[in-house]
Amino acid sequence: MDIPYFPGCSLKSNTRYFEDSAREFFAELGINLVELPEWNCCGTVYSLTTDDIMRHIASVRNLVHAQELGKKLGTNKLMTLCAMCYNTLAQVNALARSRPDDLKTANEFIDDLPDYEAQVEVVHALSFLNENVSFEKVAKLAKRKLNGLRVAPYYGCLLVRPEHVKIDDREKPALMPKLFGLLGATVVDFPYSVECCGSYHTVNMKDVVVEKTRTIIGSARENGADAIVLSCPLCEFNLDERQKDVRMKYPGFERMPVFYFTELLALAMGKKINMGAHYVSPENVLKKYGLV
Amino acid sequence: MEENKEKTIKVYIMGKEHQVPEGLTIMKAIEYAGYKLVRGAGCRAGFCGACATVYRKANEYKLRVALACQTLAEDGMYLTEIPFVPANKAKYELEKIKPSPNIILQYYPEVARCVACNTCTKSCPQDLKVMDYIQAMKRGDIARAAELSFDCVQCGLCAARCPAEIVHYHAAQLARRLYGKYLAKPSPNLEKRIKEIEEGKYDEEIKRLKSMGLEEMKKRYMEQQKNAEKEEA
Repeated sequence: MDIPYFPGCSLKSNTRYFEDSAREFFAELGINLVELPEWNCCGTVYSLTTDDIMRHIASVRNLVHAQELGKKLGTNKLMTLCAMCYNTLAQVNALARSRPDDLKTANEFIDDLPDYEAQVEVVHALSFLNENVSFEKVAKLAKRKLNGLRVAPYYGCLLVRPEHVKIDDREKPALMPKLFGLLGATVVDFPYSVECCGSYHTVNMKDVVVEKTRTIIGSARENGADAIVLSCPLCEFNLDERQKDVRMKYPGFERMPVFYFTELLALAMGKKINMGAHYVSPENVLKKYGLV
Repeated sequence: MEENKEKTIKVYIMGKEHQVPEGLTIMKAIEYAGYKLVRGAGCRAGFCGACATVYRKANEYKLRVALACQTLAEDGMYLTEIPFVPANKAKYELEKIKPSPNIILQYYPEVARCVACNTCTKSCPQDLKVMDYIQAMKRGDIARAAELSFDCVQCGLCAARCPAEIVHYHAAQLARRLYGKYLAKPSPNLEKRIKEIEEGKYDEEIKRLKSMGLEEMKKRYMEQQKNAEKEEA
């Protein structure tokens, strides 16, 4: 099965192992992620000035590329792995569907591509697995159990907000807990799973993120987790790399490895993951559970 | 005075109406009207990128750009030349930087402001996929940025038109330099030739060339051109 796939910039530069692990996992399911032959940045952050159409052009261009590839592959879906790309593309898609006049303006401006017909469905890999494969089937195909790995699913904002693009419950998300529970992990519930990681404050107000990371990881630790699992490269940077800065401010802080959901899925398929790509090495935790 | 039978067209150069012969390039039309181009003119053959020009056609809302030496003046055109495109140029020491995914963003952070409007691509007289190479930079693909920008003549029209204030052509030059230094496959022929030069293989010929008179050099050049033409034929 071929599915049009939008990688996004982070997955091609600083966090390649997110995409690599996803490709390995999906290959085991017989699903081929077909990268859009042409694509640009998703737009990075959905612009809340909805009538400034120029700020939505990047997403619309990608949706046109997805539409054209989808016609060849016989699908209207466009899959993303990155939570931020998902959120931005899905919100612009919703805008395009609900405001035909603005879509017309965008289409007239983009005079080098076919018109966007507003038929593409943007899906995140987690909801795609849930709706088009089923978590039970993933568990059945798994080559090994996750041996009770105590993992805390972290959603942050982008998969559960706003209401019209959320893929999971805003207060108590259930997809990752169900998926990793079926794969043999011990899923740890903790009160900060939908807390914001501090986002782009990491650039010029680093301390905001240091405090957030300390709170989020600390809470996961208090509730018995040995690792975090998530879907957003910016959350990953803040929760993983920024632990270095948390340690500088709070020397007693105990580090915790952070996984992309695709890494745990690849592990369940018996694949190796790129340990060196993490700031906090997951090696000790994986050894503890017999996963390396 | 003899009647001028040549067909003329009307153009507006910096707002002033002029009659110029049909079939001239924008550059020649401006010169025909009596202006002397001190800056904004170079090779006159589309290679050097010095003659960025901005114009409007009669009864058209679009602001167009081109190389003045490569575009014909048309009746009713509004013309001017851009002598220079102001654009910040980052300073770096190629020896000290590495082709890491974020290196171009570090020196040209405005690249991250790209909204994918594609105005740069539409303005490129070389028909390069300018927006695509900016996007390649955003995702850290230096090799692709170098490849897509290879034929850039540095006219600067992309930077003049960009709503995100990106200086595409300078950023692309950094990409090509990084590619050439760190990413491109080493060429055994180049290394062989450099070794030959260093070992003095061409010293004798260079010495002879330097002592040659102008007439002799011209004669040699013409001979060489003739031979090259023969070989081509």
